[in-house]
Amino acid sequence: MWALRLCRGLRAVPVPPVRALRSAVPPRPAWQHGEPRPGPQQQVTAEVLGQLEHLALVDFRDAEGVERLQKAIRFADQLREVNTDGVEPMDSVLEDRCLYLREDDVTEGNCTEELLKNAREKVEEYFVAPPGNIPLPKVEDQETFLQGS
Amino acid sequence: MKAEEAFPEQSLAPWVPVVGLEIHAQISSNSKLFSGSQVQFAAPPNSLVSFFDASLPGTLPVLNRRCVEAAVMTGLALNCSINKKSLFDRKHYFYADLPAGYQITQQRVPIAVNGSLSYSLCIDNKMSQMVTKTVRIKQIQLEQDSGKSLHDDTRSQTLIDLNRAGVGLMEVVMEPDMCCGEEAAAAVRELQLILQTLGSSQAVMAEGQLRVDANVSVHHPGEPYGVRTEVKNINSIRFLAKAVDYEIQRQIEELENGGTILNETRAFDSKLGCTVPMRDKEGKQDYRFMPEPNLPPLILYDAKSLPANMNHQQVVNIDWIHKRLPDLPSVKRAKLVEQYGILPEHSFTLLNEDGLAEFFENVVKQTQMKPKKVIGWIIKDLLSHLKQHSLTVKESPVSSFLLADLLNLLVKKDISSTAAKQVLAELWKGEGKTPLEIVKEKKLGLIQDQKELEQICQAVIDRQENEVMAIKSGNQKVLNKLIGLVQRETQGRSNAVLVRQILEKKLSE
Repeated sequence: MWALRLCRGLRAVPVPPVRALRSAVPPRPAWQHGEPRPGPQQQVTAEVLGQLEHLALVDFRDAEGVERLQKAIRFADQLREVNTDGVEPMDSVLEDRCLYLREDDVTEGNCTEELLKNAREKVEEYFVAPPGNIPLPKVEDQETFLQGS
Repeated sequence: MKAEEAFPEQSLAPWVPVVGLEIHAQISSNSKLFSGSQVQFAAPPNSLVSFFDASLPGTLPVLNRRCVEAAVMTGLALNCSINKKSLFDRKHYFYADLPAGYQITQQRVPIAVNGSLSYSLCIDNKMSQMVTKTVRIKQIQLEQDSGKSLHDDTRSQTLIDLNRAGVGLMEVVMEPDMCCGEEAAAAVRELQLILQTLGSSQAVMAEGQLRVDANVSVHHPGEPYGVRTEVKNINSIRFLAKAVDYEIQRQIEELENGGTILNETRAFDSKLGCTVPMRDKEGKQDYRFMPEPNLPPLILYDAKSLPANMNHQQVVNIDWIHKRLPDLPSVKRAKLVEQYGILPEHSFTLLNEDGLAEFFENVVKQTQMKPKKVIGWIIKDLLSHLKQHSLTVKESPVSSFLLADLLNLLVKKDISSTAAKQVLAELWKGEGKTPLEIVKEKKLGLIQDQKELEQICQAVIDRQENEVMAIKSGNQKVLNKLIGLVQRETQGRSNAVLVRQILEKKLSE
């Protein structure tokens, strides 16, 4: 009951306008998600695509995949709209907290069976993975695909 | 035709090889860096894995205090400045034995920076000519180890064991201050000894507790450094020297034949003794470093900065650790040389084998023999016996007590040094007999009876007419032959000094 009243009380207090004036977030959206973005567009070259596929082991090899990637880049690019001049960067909201130190005691492990329940495939007590990184076609092959799409 | 025209100037200028090392040392701790699962070599697969180590959703890292202390200790021993605030980062790469898809490491602000390591090596393989060199330590960073992959080529699959995943590592980054395999090997050996002395890592290369990557390039003097390659898969110090020297030679040959060096990762093939390009690490890696959001900065304290009412379990105090650092190998060597008057190169040999220095000191304590003489027995006899049977000092069938006992018989002139060697060989069998028992049983005691010895000497003189003539005509060197014959006659049971006296006396009569 007490907590609820406190909440209502807080809501009743008008937000001071000072913060809104200093805000780095623009008052009106510069563009809507889905519209073509003003300014330079990040071009997705076959080389970038090849590297991304190699890193992420994700297959972009159709027009839909490339479109999805470009949309994702547009979405992330919104971050650039925020004016951060004079704002000190931070890594995390925890960065002024103490880092807890644990004593060097063994408290976990010995749960092989439970762990391996998650494995799609296993051999004895091992997880089974594909042999090394999945080989992907060379960049030249993708170029022909990109031109075709 | 002039020489300069025959050879382009470049190939005449000598090549300068440059070697830098990155060394991963597994921290000796009970539990892992960020989880409470056990650290142990060769345990059943996936038995030492917590949900965090397997990167299951909802798990978070909790830093092990012991790992932080081990890194601080190592940093101090390597003359580093310890950063009172260091940061953790994520390094991303995709590999089956890295379930999170990233490794937690310290890329931006590591725990220790700007140190140095002094190491010694002998010139032209002569132990008596040693030089001391220094390599700068760029940084030491705390990071997680990965799991292990077992490649099953026939069934085209990879088996994953996560027991090693999340074990604490110290990555020691050395500046490229070395120029050959021997220097790299000597630096790593010294680092290994330091880590073992500190106990911050067991540093056994064969068990992967110490792993070395070498960065190698060559250039002409006065020119910028050449393109470098990184050599991995080096699992012994001997192979490190071989791998580095091979890679230097390969690069020089490649460049002199008009080729170019690729910035690539190569693996050392110990069977073939050469380096080969590593297939799956081709091309530039983009590790997409980012700050680790789940770990606030690591704050360390010293006597000055320590807050008054802080929970001491949450404090790592740099000054406190500094005060408790053990004597490092270089200090131990200097002390051995000073205290016992042994040669510097012997102090290196003593520290090179685990437990040998202690063994030597124990023998010295229990014998009247001078340390300078004891060292000979330790290095020439004990150590070579141990090496022959590939035993460690701790496995030696001859204890420091027994060896001291034997050396005492020698000091008291109860036996000759030839006989002492025979007794040592008997002791080696580990039948539980004392040196004195062996001496009695095998009748190895020196002939104490002056008359008996004189008779033997006379017999030798009577038999060796030619030699006696030579000696009488002034060739004193031949006397040694007669002494040798008496020794043989008595099966090493005669005192050489006494025999010489008797012979000289008899021959001058």
